[in-house]
Amino acid sequence: MLASWRRLSPMARREALEAYLALSPWLFGFVVFTAIPIGVSIFLSFTQWTIVEQPTWIGADNYVRMFTRDPLFWQALKVTGLFVLISLPLKLVLGLALALLLNNRLPGMNFFRTVFYIPAVISGVAVSLMWMWLLQPDTGVVNTLLDAVGVKGPNWFWDKDWALPSVALMSVWKVGGSAIIYLAGLQNIPAQLYEAAEIDGAGKWGRFWRITIPLLTPTIFFQLIIEMIDSFKIFTEAFVITQGGPLKSTYFYMLYFYEEAFRNFNMGYASALALFLTLIILATTIFINYTSKRWVYYESE
Amino acid sequence: MSLNSGAAHPNDSFADIDRQLRRSNLTTALRRLTGNGFLYFIMVVLALIFMIPLLWMFTTSLKTRQEIFVWPPTWLPDVPQWGNYADAFAKYPLARFMFNSAVLVMINALGEVISVPLIAYAFARLRFPGKRILFIMMLSTMMIPGQIKLIPLFSMFSRLGLVGTYWPLVLPSFFGNPFFIFLMVQYMRTIPRDLDEAARIDGAGTWTILYRIILPLSLPAVTVMLVFTFLWTWNDFISPLIYLSDFNSYPISVGLAFFQGRYSVEWNMFMAATLISIIPVLVLYFFAQRHLIGGISTLGLKG
Repeated sequence: MLASWRRLSPMARREALEAYLALSPWLFGFVVFTAIPIGVSIFLSFTQWTIVEQPTWIGADNYVRMFTRDPLFWQALKVTGLFVLISLPLKLVLGLALALLLNNRLPGMNFFRTVFYIPAVISGVAVSLMWMWLLQPDTGVVNTLLDAVGVKGPNWFWDKDWALPSVALMSVWKVGGSAIIYLAGLQNIPAQLYEAAEIDGAGKWGRFWRITIPLLTPTIFFQLIIEMIDSFKIFTEAFVITQGGPLKSTYFYMLYFYEEAFRNFNMGYASALALFLTLIILATTIFINYTSKRWVYYESE
Repeated sequence: MSLNSGAAHPNDSFADIDRQLRRSNLTTALRRLTGNGFLYFIMVVLALIFMIPLLWMFTTSLKTRQEIFVWPPTWLPDVPQWGNYADAFAKYPLARFMFNSAVLVMINALGEVISVPLIAYAFARLRFPGKRILFIMMLSTMMIPGQIKLIPLFSMFSRLGLVGTYWPLVLPSFFGNPFFIFLMVQYMRTIPRDLDEAARIDGAGTWTILYRIILPLSLPAVTVMLVFTFLWTWNDFISPLIYLSDFNSYPISVGLAFFQGRYSVEWNMFMAATLISIIPVLVLYFFAQRHLIGGISTLGLKG
């Protein structure tokens, strides 16, 4: 970098200095709020530390404890993994279905788009409180409606077998958020492609599977990664509604992390938990990225 | 009959023609609608399903304490209890919480407006060694899940004696959020370079070009940034939960979550409070929908 600096003309040097001046807030923020914290986090994960005294180096003990002596860790991992497996396909498929409906160019579609996106802007706390009331076992509107068609509704958040699916169902209410991203992808597909396919005699399904889906794969890929990361980090809903219960059936990973770090102040162990979750997310991202060569279609190919 | 109609007042026949014209417009409109009738039917049913939760929250907020526990539940209250809203404000420190949230939104917005255009300008316009590497580094920080930084940041702010204050919740925005930097860089790249070059020939320096030419032209991107800053700050839960401990300093998200433990049976009041808490976001959404949706579809920013 120094060599290239010498090669610059005085004017270019001035421009470079100005650029670094403009960048300085970000450079400082990058070092202080990102680089150092990540380094410290890795270090802390090998220590025992309760924030009051100095951290004590204990080698890989935190990780050994996680994998061999901590049933709560396995429970949190299992519950979170299940949640990702249930909610991710639901959100991806329903989001696409909704986007396909909204993509019909008809009068009034903007109105519907507005309606379906509303849930996505409401805070997780407000959504959680609302669904807590809607899914009350006796007086809730959902069970009342189910009752009207002769189905006995479950106890939702208050039943150990139903709590996790309830949280997943609740997250589907926000599906308008991904529908909008799909919609942007759909609207980028050139209309001529459909016209040409129609002339060639392709039916509705043919056009959907051979044009819409392949050209939408970059959007699907993007959503898959974003929603996957989001699902692994689920916290607010469990914190507000179930506190991890009943019987730890919604004890999500981030909830365990929060309790270890900020209630029990086991900062060393919690750092190991955080690092492991980051590694899981990273590995899943890399895996999806690796498979993407087979199924994501890029126009330049 | 025919004589009668023939003898009608000229004005009447004009009205008649006018009526006929309108009817034919109506029939074509109707025909178009019924052609897509099935689609509209599905959309209306889906929209209702999506809105029932909010409507139910609204009608609950207008019920009496007895009505919310009646079985089977009633859809509408006998007499709407608008007083519940006044009671919610009187009973919970809602106004205080919302004021706190508004303060956080404003300071964060100020921070982003100061830092983001400046940083983005360097990436979008200036030439300097190391630009590519630094830009890639900036982009890669967007991929790092935030929870890995929580403990070190908490201990840092705790050493500085800032836990319990708003500093940890607002300070980072003065150093630029990578999502917004990226958005702004993308936008600034679409502004024609001829504009800066003309200004440079007229003797304008780097900063004059940024603040007199580039920034005013980047207002649409600044608006998107402000809308998302509002949304994210208003809805943020985990950071204020970790850093704040004084009940009176809570923003609305955390404040609302803590009502639940304290007053768990008053669901009518509770739903009134929840509705009040989302009104600012809904108002913002209706006014800034275009910017919000623009930001989502170009960047994939989430609500």
